[in-house]
Amino acid sequence: MGKPQKKRGLADKVRKTKTSNEIKNNPFEVKINRKKFDILGRKTKHDVGLPGVSRSKAIKKRQETLLKEYKQKSKSNKFVDRRFGEYDTKMAPEDKILKRFALERQRMQDKKNIYNLNEEEELTHFGQSLSEIEKLNDVVDSDSESEDKGLLSAEFTASHFGGGGGLLRKKNAEEEGDGDGKPRSRQELIEELIIKSKQEKHERQTQKEEARVLTEKLDQDWKSIQSLMARNAPKSVCRVEESKPKAEEYDIMVRELGFEMKAQPSEKMKTPEEVAREERDRLQKLEADRQRRMLGDMEEETSKKQSYLSADDLNDGFILDKEDRQMLSYQDGKWNIAEEDQNADDDDADDADAGDDDDDGGNNDGSNDGEDGDDDDQHGESGSEEEGSDAESGHSDLDSEDVVEDDDAEVLRKAESQAKPHCTLSKEERLAGQEEAKAELPYTFPAPESFSDLRSLLHGHSADKQCVILERIQKCNHPSLAAGNKLKLQKMFGFLLEYVGDLATRCPPELGTVNKLVPHLYGLCQLFPNAAYLAMQNVLSDSAHDMEEVVEVKGRAALPGLGMLIYLKIVALLFPTSDFRHPVTTPALVYISQLLTKCPITSLEEVTGGLILCCLTLEYVTLSQRFVPELVSYLLGILHLAVRDKGSLGYRVVPPFRLTGRHCDLLVTSDAAHAESWSRIPLPMSGAQSLKLKDDLERDHYKLSCLATCLDLVKRCSSLYKSLPSFTQIFWPIRILLSKHISLEGHSSVLQDLHREALEAVSESPERPSPLVFEKTKPIPLRLFTPKIVEVLDFGKKRGSSKQEREKEKLKHKYRKELKGALREIRKDTKFLAREKLTEIMTRDAERKRKVKELFGSLSTQEGEWKALKKKKRK
Amino acid sequence: MAPPKSSNVTSDKSKNSKNTTKTDINTKADLIIQNRKCANDIFDIFEHLQAEKDRDVICAIGACSRIFCALMGRGDLFVGPLPEEDSLLTGKHSADEKYGIFMRHRYNDCVKLLLELMANSNHQVKEGALCTLMKFVSAEGQRPLSSVDWDCHYNFPRETLKAVVCGLLSEKEDMALLISRFQEFLEMDDVRYYVMGLVSDSVGRVTARAKEVMLLPIYQNNVFALLSNINMPSQESELTNFLIQMDGQRAFERMWLGFLKHKLPSNMYKKILVVLHESILPHLSQPTLMIDFLTAAYDIGGAISLLALNGLFVLIHQHNLDYPDFYKKLYNLLDSSVFHAKYRARFFHLADLFLSSSHLPVYLVAAFAKRLSRLALTAPPAALFMILPFIYNLIRRHPACRVLIHRPDAPNEPFDDPYLMEEDDPALCHALDSSLWELQTLQKHYHPDVSKTATVINRPLSEQEDDISELLEFSTYELFERDLQQLQKQPVALEYEGVSQLLEGSGKVLGGFFSLE
Repeated sequence: MGKPQKKRGLADKVRKTKTSNEIKNNPFEVKINRKKFDILGRKTKHDVGLPGVSRSKAIKKRQETLLKEYKQKSKSNKFVDRRFGEYDTKMAPEDKILKRFALERQRMQDKKNIYNLNEEEELTHFGQSLSEIEKLNDVVDSDSESEDKGLLSAEFTASHFGGGGGLLRKKNAEEEGDGDGKPRSRQELIEELIIKSKQEKHERQTQKEEARVLTEKLDQDWKSIQSLMARNAPKSVCRVEESKPKAEEYDIMVRELGFEMKAQPSEKMKTPEEVAREERDRLQKLEADRQRRMLGDMEEETSKKQSYLSADDLNDGFILDKEDRQMLSYQDGKWNIAEEDQNADDDDADDADAGDDDDDGGNNDGSNDGEDGDDDDQHGESGSEEEGSDAESGHSDLDSEDVVEDDDAEVLRKAESQAKPHCTLSKEERLAGQEEAKAELPYTFPAPESFSDLRSLLHGHSADKQCVILERIQKCNHPSLAAGNKLKLQKMFGFLLEYVGDLATRCPPELGTVNKLVPHLYGLCQLFPNAAYLAMQNVLSDSAHDMEEVVEVKGRAALPGLGMLIYLKIVALLFPTSDFRHPVTTPALVYISQLLTKCPITSLEEVTGGLILCCLTLEYVTLSQRFVPELVSYLLGILHLAVRDKGSLGYRVVPPFRLTGRHCDLLVTSDAAHAESWSRIPLPMSGAQSLKLKDDLERDHYKLSCLATCLDLVKRCSSLYKSLPSFTQIFWPIRILLSKHISLEGHSSVLQDLHREALEAVSESPERPSPLVFEKTKPIPLRLFTPKIVEVLDFGKKRGSSKQEREKEKLKHKYRKELKGALREIRKDTKFLAREKLTEIMTRDAERKRKVKELFGSLSTQEGEWKALKKKKRK
Repeated sequence: MAPPKSSNVTSDKSKNSKNTTKTDINTKADLIIQNRKCANDIFDIFEHLQAEKDRDVICAIGACSRIFCALMGRGDLFVGPLPEEDSLLTGKHSADEKYGIFMRHRYNDCVKLLLELMANSNHQVKEGALCTLMKFVSAEGQRPLSSVDWDCHYNFPRETLKAVVCGLLSEKEDMALLISRFQEFLEMDDVRYYVMGLVSDSVGRVTARAKEVMLLPIYQNNVFALLSNINMPSQESELTNFLIQMDGQRAFERMWLGFLKHKLPSNMYKKILVVLHESILPHLSQPTLMIDFLTAAYDIGGAISLLALNGLFVLIHQHNLDYPDFYKKLYNLLDSSVFHAKYRARFFHLADLFLSSSHLPVYLVAAFAKRLSRLALTAPPAALFMILPFIYNLIRRHPACRVLIHRPDAPNEPFDDPYLMEEDDPALCHALDSSLWELQTLQKHYHPDVSKTATVINRPLSEQEDDISELLEFSTYELFERDLQQLQKQPVALEYEGVSQLLEGSGKVLGGFFSLE
């Protein structure tokens, strides 16, 4: 049946293609769905339909499916065709026939007919058919053996899969073959099959084993003979043998090349000009940033992300390249992770350190752990060697070297570079110092757990050694070395700050040491900005709180010690003072303002402290040029201290100063003759704490120095505030004081010059202000009645709803469409079935009618015959 | 009496010797109370009263209080005019009477001793003595020791109380602590009434004696402490006994006026003025009597003037006081120390009230606004937070003052500020011709919030007035705290310039003048 079908199918194909074209072109078949409107750009699928074709298709389909089911409806039996490949649609009919034929033949052969000496019987050698051996040149290959084993015989598979159909089919076939033979049960069949397959397997194995033994024997024989033969032969063998390892080597190399990391584009060596330009660019960028913060723009656009100077930065103008590198690193996953996480960690000060080790990549972890071990028992020879050990461990593989470069070495080097500027002054000296320090100082230091720890660590060492110790602490406890180190170093910032305050309040304040420690503070601050600002805020708030308590009771307070002044200076060093609003510098300024308004001056020490405070205030506002009213009032107050005659003043001083009183003559010199021998020297900062002035001469000189400083400050102040519209009003008390109440006749020319300059600075009236007017604002436009036109970009799409709603709408629409389609189909099905039933009934009726007719016919003929017979008889 | 006693119990247990004296005193006291025969033991207790050790003294005070309260409760003390002690032996009295007379004499001794103890250095002793004396007063009140004229008459032991008040108003010692303890007795209406009378007597007497030769600061302090502790009850609650209340009011008034008519030191002025409007003026029957005092205080100047303003305001507002040149004076009160004064909040609260009238002439308001803004050039930031909205409110209330911040019609050429800071008369200071350049200057103030507030003048002011009541008390320290607590949204900005020296940095001002020594 298959074959004719197939043939017809082929023919049909040919015919149909022809007909389908014909049909399509046949105007009577085509139905055109007319559109009401022609819409540009809309694609239509259903403008042309072939109703006849589709209907016939549908009917045909129903006949194949629905009708069949209908016919099978009340039937319990089923016809199953068990011929080979009957239901296998994939198999070509020709193959099917061939296979069936082969099976037939096989069955025929299985039948042991010992008397049949047919030529068809195969000749075998050790169980292998000779013809096959001839065909395939036998290769004893170990691989093929296993493959062979893996394969299952077709029969086996056929019997196991396909629901055992194969077995049954076989049974059928056998039944067909020997119809008289007893039918065997299924179990018997399976057993038979198993036995057979085992047997086959065994046979195959023995075969191969024997074949192998034979070949080996043959080889040996051949070798023994070979030596007797010509000499050329062994060489060739040798060459063959050599070539094999060579090939392996080559393979290895190829693979290596394949796996080797691609060379990364390295940094170009930069010319000095380029470096300088980059440095300039970087500074310009930072300066622009600072300006923006100063103007307070940031308050409005907080969402805008800013890239501050990262703590990782080498500080050598690589900032732009760094970003490049990050972008590059997207191609190379590992790099990217390491860099980014590092940055993230720096941002997030509270983050646990566990992440840091992971950053270095899996292969680097081991080396880092090793270093930790070193830290514990015996650390590397010196701090600098540690870097080397990093690099060494990095040599183990290529990746980790880069990572180490990026993470550890960079930051370490940076920490060093912070310390460099003052160390490089004399390199030899520093080296010598280091040698010395190496001889004495231990190389590892635990991170201090408390302030007293730190103090005991640093106690008794010179400033340089203290620096070395701090450096080593930072290196030994670098965040990348162990989890928790970050926290330790963050704490250390607070301790160091406390230590600095402690140094500054010692009886002769150790400002030299403080000076050396400042770079460390800066370095730590850059590493941990969050911890630093919190520590600084704490210091400020503690001090302010103490002062507030005193002020509440007494209404005034004493000027805080030198330590606090140093803290304020450090704030200015660590944080930008020019920001419009900054979490540290703004409170610091408010605190300074408190000091300037609440702390009366009662001694020369306090005059010194006050002058330091004024200097600090001026430093805070130098860049931003912001106006500090308290500063001007304070300077006036200090100048007032130098006024000899306090009667009939044309100005008023602002608290905490008083016009007259106990401490109002602090800067009045006791003897005018002392003024001539005065020469200007910078005031000692320790003067804020205690002054050791032996006699009146020294005392007077000190007073004059204070006065000179104050005049200088006035000069600077006035130049700073020159642009303010109320400049004249701000400085008029100082002007009156300088012009009328302080005369420096008989003083040294330096002081007189200073006085004159200050007076000139405050007297000059810059530009006079013009009357105030409001800023010009845009006039509010009138209400207009033109329609609002909205540009529509996506036609045909429903607007004004969210994506979810649209999705829901779409699904609803689809559901409705499907429902309609299903209903239509069901309706068509029932129609079809009804039609079928009708035709069935019609045919049945027609049949019955025919049969009745037949019966009547036969009856009538019978009747006729009978009548005729009767007539005959009668005759 | 409870506090001294309990303290004794706890402390004496630790030391045996103390214990013995204490038990000794206590047993003696018990004996005296129980048995008349042991009356002479009272001298032992008096000895302890004069002892060195404070503990013993306290103990003895307690014992005295117990003894005499018990005796008075029993009526054992002699009542009526007391015969001389010497006549006790000669006179013909019954044994009971003799005992009563004897004990009455001891009672008088005891009161004397206790009054002496009130000047003791130990506060506990003082307090014990005071409490015991007040107990005696109350006991005497219940069973009067002087003969009674009418049975039902309520006789107040005036003499004892007088002695106590005299002790409190010491001329040599600051009794403020003891007076604060005394306050609880002043809650009682009768004590208060009699104390008021006694105080005015005392003030009259002492000042007459001093004859204005010298001020008596300690005495005045004590008087003031006592006076300020006399809280007159609110009128509503006392409407029932109206007659007595009127009497009390008059006594109160007399007492204060008697005190205030004498010359006072300036800090006393301040103290009085602080409480004047709240606790004195409402209780006076004729508050206008205070006018003299207030005007005198207002003329003194400085902080005292600021404070006198409050009382004056009450008088102007409620008692129809007409004060000539009030605003001119107010204008002259404004100087640079106003922002630094302790009473800044109170002053500006009142100034806001005075200037809230919409009937003020424009020149006056403009003068105030201009003067305030000129003074703002020396003000601390916390004051600026208050003063800037204050000025804005002035301009809002008087739209004619808008020229101060917006003068579009003027020739747009720069000119000098025509305002005369030195001029005392607001009418002549040319404030209306000026502009508030000071506020423009403050736009460059170092504090971000001040700077922002000052930029408001760049645009037309909003209609709504700013509420400055919360800003009045705002201190620089609060500002500092607020700045510290500002939430940090973005990472902290750091200084990008590396640091190698302490004295370097922006401007190098510090490094230029100071050396690291």
